[in-house]
Amino acid sequence: MTAMATLEAIPVANDPMLPQAYIVQHVDKETSDTFSITVDPEDGVQHCSFKPGQFSMLWVFGVGELPISISGDPAERGRLVYTVRSVGKATNSLVSRKPGDGIGVRGPFGTGWPLEIARGRDVIVVAGGIGLAPLRPVIYEVLQNREQYGRLVLLYGARSPGDVLYRKELATWARQRETQVLTTVDYGGLSWHGHVGVVTTLFKYARLHPSRSVAMICGPEIMMRFVTRELELQGLKREDIYVSMERNMKCGVGFCGHCQYGPHFICKDGPVFPYERIRPLLDKYEL
Amino acid sequence: METLERIIAEHPFFAGLESYYTGLLTGCASNVRFPAGSYIFKEGEPANHFYLIRSGKVALELFPPHDRPITVETLEQGEVLGWSWLLPPYVWTFHGHATQETRAIALDGKCLRAKCEQNHDLGYEVWKRFAQLMVRRLHATRLQLLDIYAVK
Amino acid sequence: MEHAVETGVTICGRRPHMLEAGKLSELIAALARRGYTVIGPTGRDGSVALDRIDSVADLPAGYNDEQSPGHYRLKHGQEQSLFAYAVGPQSWKKYLHPAQVKLWSAERTNGSFRILNNDSRPGPYAFLGVRACDLAAIHALDRILTRDRYRDPIYSTRRESLFIVAVQCTQSADTCFCKSLGTGPEISQGFDLALTELCSPGSHQFIIRTGSRRGTKLLSELKTSPASTEILQEEAQALEAAAHRQRRNVNQTGLKELLNKGFDDPRWESISARCMTCANCTMVCPTCFCTTVEDGNDLTLHHAERWRRWDSCFTLSFSYIHGGSVRASAKARYRQWLTHKFSAWIDQFGTPGCVGCGRCITWCPVGIDLTESVRTLQEGDTNGNP
Repeated sequence: MTAMATLEAIPVANDPMLPQAYIVQHVDKETSDTFSITVDPEDGVQHCSFKPGQFSMLWVFGVGELPISISGDPAERGRLVYTVRSVGKATNSLVSRKPGDGIGVRGPFGTGWPLEIARGRDVIVVAGGIGLAPLRPVIYEVLQNREQYGRLVLLYGARSPGDVLYRKELATWARQRETQVLTTVDYGGLSWHGHVGVVTTLFKYARLHPSRSVAMICGPEIMMRFVTRELELQGLKREDIYVSMERNMKCGVGFCGHCQYGPHFICKDGPVFPYERIRPLLDKYEL
Repeated sequence: METLERIIAEHPFFAGLESYYTGLLTGCASNVRFPAGSYIFKEGEPANHFYLIRSGKVALELFPPHDRPITVETLEQGEVLGWSWLLPPYVWTFHGHATQETRAIALDGKCLRAKCEQNHDLGYEVWKRFAQLMVRRLHATRLQLLDIYAVK
Repeated sequence: MEHAVETGVTICGRRPHMLEAGKLSELIAALARRGYTVIGPTGRDGSVALDRIDSVADLPAGYNDEQSPGHYRLKHGQEQSLFAYAVGPQSWKKYLHPAQVKLWSAERTNGSFRILNNDSRPGPYAFLGVRACDLAAIHALDRILTRDRYRDPIYSTRRESLFIVAVQCTQSADTCFCKSLGTGPEISQGFDLALTELCSPGSHQFIIRTGSRRGTKLLSELKTSPASTEILQEEAQALEAAAHRQRRNVNQTGLKELLNKGFDDPRWESISARCMTCANCTMVCPTCFCTTVEDGNDLTLHHAERWRRWDSCFTLSFSYIHGGSVRASAKARYRQWLTHKFSAWIDQFGTPGCVGCGRCITWCPVGIDLTESVRTLQEGDTNGNP
């Protein structure tokens, strides 16, 4: 044990690079490789709540840090939920946390979905794969403030039936008034009786009023490209479409430079962008 | 009770078709109903029909050898099922599985092929629509091929 | 009528002064008295390196430099001169935005952890010999690291206490192009003291100006005399000569839009053909600010640390997501860097990210010249070499 000079726990709020300690409450398995982690602040203080669409930098002691979208309910002040797909060392260590473990949380960072703009209008949510996670807070917000919004239409595409997230909630949401939930998979097994086909095939079953809708899309970049095209074909105006972008992030606060996408820093100018602003960038290869 | 002709005319696939041609199509048409769980056709069988789906759901299935069967697409109300009747060898390339009770208008392919040969204007209208359908399906299939949700 | 105007602007009504070269040591001593660690140019390993200066003897006296694409040599010039060279491979970000710095450490506590912040605050620093280009670079970093959405405390603490003694260049290297970017060689603001060295056989003196209250106070402790009109004329001519000597330039007219629209320009291929993505350019560039973080444990797994290190957009891993890098080719990475410097930076921070110091040209092992890259794109010369 080395002797260290002047150790002091410094107030974390002063420095955006210092993580706050949050304690894992429970880890729920969503699919074979995807888990939702619920955490509460260790000091019990309800820090500022998040806006749907924002993300945190999650730190596992000594392992590393990851940018993860917040997938929980913004009305549950202080509590944070993250849906994480285990694809490597860092994500795996995150989903292996047990109740009582502490993780470091920095944030929330970034821009949120345009819920103010969507007031009084229909909300179309199009999600691909784990892209449903950063959109789930939108669904919570709309369903909990039902009178403030018009119809809610969720179009969700997953790889296969085993990859469908939040199954029980999907069923619950589908039963809400003025709410339509359509789910499709790219590869269906014989026991799947739902839709099979890419998520754009769901448009023909969706009841939309394009002129009074706001669309929010999240998924693999290529999926967002063909979905935005389809939304325009359906009659939505470009300025009513919003997308969530993703790039490598090391700091989350605009200093490390990794998340630059053209002139935009995805960590602070995004991750949610009006489609119009990044439309010219979406077609650029190796941007 | 709607007449066959009206149903065909109002089906999205034949939107914009002159009533003269709708009349020609009706001559090859019949009402059909498939109980839930039944197979409308199987891969390899002769393809002499296509279907305008009015209600229900049909899953296009593939049964690869040594692997699990998969559904590649599902078609519901307003969709068109089947184009193998258009071109030789006139053989189905998938299984068509009615996963729900499905009502459709069946159009006789042999009958329609003959009429299209006699009346090229009718043939052109039919082909225009099927070409558009094929392009749409091809595009969607290519996107499915990308396997965009897979972990790399 | 003399009255002092606040920092950052040349004090109105105060004439520039003259300091005999022999008295420069008093300037250094005055800084040391105030507790500053003085950093300045030193000669080491065949180049001008920034290091701690305790006296004038530490400065690389009598050197000038020869710079061209992929080439740098220190040469002997006038024996007495102290600043008769352009910039070396290091820039002041070495101290303000360190290449390696510990962000914090943490220790385990019952399944959770406690953050310990035991950073030693270095300095305060006094920089002696900040050239116009490097001063502009410091201002560029100020904008990014202290006046954006968030504030970097590491840069801020080092910057707030910083005392800047700038030096106006009276000669330029072949790779300099500050004149065309409007960042030099003349310095007008943003410093505490500014020196111009006038060195000729039989005469060695500095013109010294103050740019802040701190500067004025320190100046009053030195033995100076008001600079004569003749001396000021000599200075003006020297500065003009330095500017005039510059052969490289970047024409910024329409450049931002050109880069914005020119993403798919086929000439990027030839422009970047020699690039080895070695990242030298980003390391020597005084405005490049990209970093990465590294997390680690000690062997007991009880103590964790997070370190911040310089990173470069030229590395393959810089743009890595989801099993692949977005910018896989050298072409894409070179294009990203150049486009950021002259286009995206303006959108982000209001000015270009290049200050015309020429370091990237000198220190590129294959001699890629970004002024040529820009010219190629502007002229449509498909046979042009990068």
